[in-house]
Amino acid sequence: MKLTLVTGLTGLILLATIVELLRRRQLREKYGMLWLGVLVIVIPLSLFPRLLDNVAELLGVASGVSLVLFLGIIFLLLVCVHLSWEVSRLEEETRTLAEDFALLRTEIDADRAARNELVSTDG
Amino acid sequence: MVNGKRVLIIIPALNESGSIADVVGEVRGELPGVDVIVIDDGSTDRTAAVAAAAGALVAKLPYNLGVGGAMRVGYRYARDHDYDVAIQIDADGQHDPRYVPKLVDLLDETDLVIGARFAGEGDYMVRGPRRWAMVMLSGVLSRVARTKLTDTTSGFRAANRRVIEMFAAWYPVEYLGDTVETLVHTARRGYTIRQVPVAMRKRMAGTPSHSPAKAMIYLGRAFAVLTLALIRR
Repeated sequence: MKLTLVTGLTGLILLATIVELLRRRQLREKYGMLWLGVLVIVIPLSLFPRLLDNVAELLGVASGVSLVLFLGIIFLLLVCVHLSWEVSRLEEETRTLAEDFALLRTEIDADRAARNELVSTDG
Repeated sequence: MVNGKRVLIIIPALNESGSIADVVGEVRGELPGVDVIVIDDGSTDRTAAVAAAAGALVAKLPYNLGVGGAMRVGYRYARDHDYDVAIQIDADGQHDPRYVPKLVDLLDETDLVIGARFAGEGDYMVRGPRRWAMVMLSGVLSRVARTKLTDTTSGFRAANRRVIEMFAAWYPVEYLGDTVETLVHTARRGYTIRQVPVAMRKRMAGTPSHSPAKAMIYLGRAFAVLTLALIRR
């Protein structure tokens, strides 16, 4: 009973955190929805840890809890890979922006130099 | 103009205020009528100001991107301003601009020309893991490009319009990507690559690294980069 209390409470606190982050617009919706989806699965499991025992048996895993642990690790690994992918994409995007910025600055400098020259020949 | 072609010299520079003025001055002196653009890759010193004062165009990146990022700025500039030839030269003064016409001449029949050390001219020696890395790179890349390449990491290269177009759209920023991966990519897309022997000079400023541990790491990374380049699309 005590354990159920601990796991259940943890699940609820996580849920509250995600909802609050979403409410404050600190999380992009796509990530928020992902974590909410995870919690929808995790909270029932935290209240009834034996829920997955049948599925576990089917797969040859001794206990449902081990199965949850295994799936959890796989899921977290995938999330990490996804984040690396997102960071790579972001880096590519900021790189392009930095290049655009440098090129624009060069154009402006050239423009200004040409205009100054015009002014000095006029005067 | 070099042999009737509009030529842009691209010099990527990171904290090279000590040598950049001399390099720009020498290029402009040896090759009148050629435009020079220095890409300041987020230097913390006065590289950009010194280069501009020496008469180069300057593109100043807001932060350090690595050689690949700087090079793509140069190729994009070349594409947008309709240059026939883009030539990259190192900012440390090791490349002699008097070889530029030789590189440009070869672009009539080739798409990408590399100015290579260890190809007969000059005296440049390396030993140990660094040498093994060079042997491995030149062996594999020579096969991929179907031409003899002895100095695949050379930063002295000339590209014609077709390659400028490609590099402006695609140029890797990763370590060694600017040399090794671009060669694989270029060869794979059916462009021709040739090398020209050039003599390299001692760097005007800065020191090359000589630690054996660093050389081993270099070998490992070169191998990784090469493998990745070969299995990438």
